[in-house]
Amino acid sequence: MTNGVNKTFLEKMQAIDRRVIFLFIGLAVALPLLFHVVFTEKITPIVGAIYDRVENLPEGSKVLISFDYSPSTVPEIQPMVDAVLRHCAARKVKIYIMGLWATGQNIADETISRVLKPEFPAYQYGEDYVNLGYKSGNQGLINVILTDLKKMYTTDVHGTAIDSIPMMAPIRNLRNFDLILSFGGGFPGMKEWVLFAGDPGRIPVAGGVTAVSAPQLYPYYPSQLLGLMGGIKGAAEYESEVIRHYSRFENSSHPGIDMMGPQAVAHIVIILFIVVGNVAYFLTRRREAEND
Amino acid sequence: MRRQIPLLITLIVGAVLIIAAFIPRAPFGRLGENFSLYFDIIAVFAFLLGGGNLVRIHGARLVRGVGMAVTEAKKGGGAWPLRFVIEFPFLAFGGLKDRRGRDWFFSLITLLGFFAMLAAGLLKLGNPSGWQGNVTAPEGMFQDFYDSMFNPLQATMYALLAFFVASASYRAFRAKSAEATILLVTAFIILLGRTPAGAYVTAWMPESLSFLTVPNLANWVMAIPNLAGQRAIIIGIALGVIAMSLRVIIGIERTYLGSDEK
Repeated sequence: MTNGVNKTFLEKMQAIDRRVIFLFIGLAVALPLLFHVVFTEKITPIVGAIYDRVENLPEGSKVLISFDYSPSTVPEIQPMVDAVLRHCAARKVKIYIMGLWATGQNIADETISRVLKPEFPAYQYGEDYVNLGYKSGNQGLINVILTDLKKMYTTDVHGTAIDSIPMMAPIRNLRNFDLILSFGGGFPGMKEWVLFAGDPGRIPVAGGVTAVSAPQLYPYYPSQLLGLMGGIKGAAEYESEVIRHYSRFENSSHPGIDMMGPQAVAHIVIILFIVVGNVAYFLTRRREAEND
Repeated sequence: MRRQIPLLITLIVGAVLIIAAFIPRAPFGRLGENFSLYFDIIAVFAFLLGGGNLVRIHGARLVRGVGMAVTEAKKGGGAWPLRFVIEFPFLAFGGLKDRRGRDWFFSLITLLGFFAMLAAGLLKLGNPSGWQGNVTAPEGMFQDFYDSMFNPLQATMYALLAFFVASASYRAFRAKSAEATILLVTAFIILLGRTPAGAYVTAWMPESLSFLTVPNLANWVMAIPNLAGQRAIIIGIALGVIAMSLRVIIGIERTYLGSDEK
């Protein structure tokens, strides 16, 4: 009888209702957010490579930032973009913004309004940063602007002629940029920037992608890809490094660091569920072997 | 001729782009650039095609579904419009027996969303600068739709993944074989290694054994076994793409032209 009861319990532990798992995951994410659980992050070499490159860019260097994502991945990607944008502006580099995704244009506008304009009022549009907007064509677009940017971009996102924007004067093609940063996680994205711009143009390419996309980009690091931020952890590492070197950003928002608490607890909950499932599985097998 | 001309265009464009990659000098370099530009122009028309396709498929589904729902309402006799209204939740949300007619309400929502965004974007509704203004101006209706509908809906859909991934991991990661055990151990290392918890768990390890700390193991998994596997996949895909591209350029592979039947 006892054996039968235990067996039933073990079977239940192997097939926990998914709604129970959902509830635990919900709590694992919500509670650390409510109680503001924060961990310190140590930068890894793959993220540190991007930080070091931006940090060592001379004032006035030209950095192209491509917004290749949609609102679905904003929680993962946006913290990286904000941190990199702050870092670039602190280094006083020229920021050129564009997007291979149609949704990237809205996100770029929102990012400029939220980060660049209020935090860096001295940064002037057309002098220090420009938004070229979205253009269709995916890798075909990269292929064209690798040799002639003005073939595709005759105006900026506001309809201003490219030739009348001062910071566009020295730009003929992608080879004129000191660094290309792509943020995304899908197609087209960082892989296309590496294959169609970085490799043929010998331009340093780096950026950030969602955690699920990061493993696919490791083969390009470090020879073809300067560095890579993967998911919230990558963002948190970059944010931590920026705050460590620039104390003025301590009070700026750092969602990457804030989200590492919920991510850590959620991962631990997933691990516990996996352990429970496996322990129940092995105990059931042992019981069955004993009964046989 | 309907097949020969596209085949000829494919042959010329494909051959020139390949040559341009190896000999980026005149005239191939310039031709390769121009062909890429033509691609960008053609890509714009893909939006029209995509939008048209969406309207066609969901329009047909909507008409069929509404027709079936009305027929269902009429079956009860009496004032069928009243019955249609009363039974609306049943008729709209998958209550119809014939599955070809189900989900017509979702098609209606899709079409309404599509045309509302299209109108707000094309006509720049609510834009303070009118037709001359930026389509994503904060005061415009297009941006309002984007901020208050598209943005939260997409974020919600993606956020649901966390719950499904947790449930799927619990069911999939069972050490039933040697391969499954390797997968399970790797999953543990990555799950812990991608959080600060991984560093805390193995913080007690002496410096000489630092390579065994969870973050270092996670980095090793990503940089060595993952890299090797990904590289093999990439090379395999690349070889497949080369073979398929050659078949398309030479004209052996013609499925992209559609069938011969009229």
